[in-house]
Amino acid sequence: MTQGLLIDHVTKLWGQTPAVADACFEVPAGQFVALLGPSGCGKSTTLRLIAGLDTPSSGRILIGGRDVTALAPAQRGISMVFQSYALFPHLNVAENIIFGLKVRKLPRAERDERLARAASLLGLKALLDRKPSQLSGGQQQRVALARAIVAEAAVCLMDEPLSNLDAQLRLEMRREIRALQQRLGMTMVYVTHDQVEAMTMADQIILMNGGHIEQIGTPEELYASPRTPFAAGFIGTPPMNIVHASFLTGAPHLLPVGAAADALIGVRPESVRIGPAGLAAQVVAVEFLGSDTLIETRLGAISFVVRAPGKISVARDETIHLDWRPTDACIFDTKPH
Amino acid sequence: MIRPASRALTAWLLLAPAMTFLFVFTHWPALASLMESFMSTARPRRPSRFVGMDNYQQALSDPVFWKSLTNNLWFALGTIPASIALALLMAIWVNDRLPGRTFARMAYFTPTILPMIAVANIWLFFFTPQYGLIEQIASALGLPSHNWLGSGDTALGAVIMVAIWKEAGFFMIFYLAALQAISPVLAEAANLEGASRWTYFRRVQFPLLMPTTLFVLINAVINAFRMVDHIIVMTRGGPDNATALLMFYIYQVGFNFWDTAYAAALTTILIVMLALIALLQYGWLERRVHYQ
Ligand SMILES: Nc1ncnc2c1ncn2[C@@H]1O[C@H](COP(=O)(O)OP(=O)(O)O)[C@@H](O)[C@H]1O
Ligand SMILES: [Mg+2]
Repeated sequence: MTQGLLIDHVTKLWGQTPAVADACFEVPAGQFVALLGPSGCGKSTTLRLIAGLDTPSSGRILIGGRDVTALAPAQRGISMVFQSYALFPHLNVAENIIFGLKVRKLPRAERDERLARAASLLGLKALLDRKPSQLSGGQQQRVALARAIVAEAAVCLMDEPLSNLDAQLRLEMRREIRALQQRLGMTMVYVTHDQVEAMTMADQIILMNGGHIEQIGTPEELYASPRTPFAAGFIGTPPMNIVHASFLTGAPHLLPVGAAADALIGVRPESVRIGPAGLAAQVVAVEFLGSDTLIETRLGAISFVVRAPGKISVARDETIHLDWRPTDACIFDTKPH
Repeated sequence: MIRPASRALTAWLLLAPAMTFLFVFTHWPALASLMESFMSTARPRRPSRFVGMDNYQQALSDPVFWKSLTNNLWFALGTIPASIALALLMAIWVNDRLPGRTFARMAYFTPTILPMIAVANIWLFFFTPQYGLIEQIASALGLPSHNWLGSGDTALGAVIMVAIWKEAGFFMIFYLAALQAISPVLAEAANLEGASRWTYFRRVQFPLLMPTTLFVLINAVINAFRMVDHIIVMTRGGPDNATALLMFYIYQVGFNFWDTAYAAALTTILIVMLALIALLQYGWLERRVHYQ
């Protein structure tokens, strides 16, 4: 049932501006892939191209090895959960869930069986007779999920499905969606602008920026070795510190091996230790988070954040010394590619 | 601090002008008509007196009343479903296709803005024997000549056409507004599920338009019994009462024959009939309408 997905040099132009520029990526069958990036970077457009709701200006889309670029959405073997859920307001929960099965004229017995399975999987059994307006946001979200599941499509697409929920519910649904995807072995393309969501749920993250794919990798890869300053700045809270190599002339042992004199050096706040010697920095603000302390410092004109475990007592305007293992630092070439 | 009594007085004083007009021009005439329907019409040497149900009995045995009632039922049957269906069709068409939408909307809405008198005169020209538009097209195609408004067989059909043309554009605006309130994501969701355009209409759009349909239907029914302008301009109820609608007959009785008491009785009959129909519609349809 599950199939892989291949995006082959896909470009989408709105007028002259590309919303998606020459995107290439592959989603192996059964994998959970997150499309991550800031608002307006082309995530939804990419998803709509896969769904067939928009047509690419150039390039091909393959699902399970079959070229679906010219096919209608219903013929592609996909299901989709919309950001606004797109439930039919006049139909009750059960009718909403089996809408597509009825359209496809599935036999009644099969329909009822799939409905019962999805309803028990998502805890909707008691709500089947309700109208969407009588449900909470989380329950509506579950109905939308159920509707996507009963289709038993090859690929499931989700566009920021949790963005309308409160923080507590979001946490819960994150786990639930991931568990569901693994249990059913679905191939999933999941759009989000929240890096925590992407990091915690995905097998692979496709990081987008301004219509381009910035980096593709596992959450660990994106965290440990971001390839561009943008990737470094987007992943992690607080994001990676980025300083010019020239700032480190006073502490050359902090430079990673092979860094050019004009390279940018990235250091995660949690890789930094406060030691007796190292790079001198002035404390600007201290934030105690419970398990960690965030210390914002100033290196000349730029800000540099340190995350230290436990409670650290430093005062404002105090000068501290920053130290890290050179292997923990990343190098970003400043030369244009 | 204003005392409650003087507050109430202020409120009544503020309401008074509007209420006066409402009472003098709406409530009182309605009540007066009802009362007059039980009286005889005043003549120079016979003052008006109470006659009970006489006027209503006269209606029952009046062949022109029955003729105009059946005419009106045919007129309603001919205009209501056709104009609503046409309105829905045009609204969906205009809503689906973006290019030229404003123009199409304008074109359809124009009949509504035009006064009925003007509309009737335009159509009068279309229907004119020998040199009217329809006749010219017919003769160009080699079809026989026909007097559309002058023949008892086609006159009612001709005025029905005009009414449909006039009403469909008006109802379309309501449907268009309702269609634009339906989120386009629903169409995309239905499309993903494999629903054809027709399935989407039948299972999603039409049910979501039910409140509008109910509203439009009630308006259409009322209009079907209320429209009189185009009859006055085009046929004056003729030939041989073939196009006499109830409202037109009431107008004739009241203001051509000056039998005001009888006209009042006919008016009461019409209003009771309309009220019954509206109640039935609400009672029947309300249960199958989804309000958002
Ligand atoms: N229908 C459209 N017409 C024109 N431009 C569009 C359309 N849809 C999206 N865009 C543009 O394409 C870019 C990417 O949009 P989108 O894919 O929705 O971003 P996001 O990553 O926030 O989902 C944005 O700059 C947006 O303005
Ligand atoms: Mg989006």
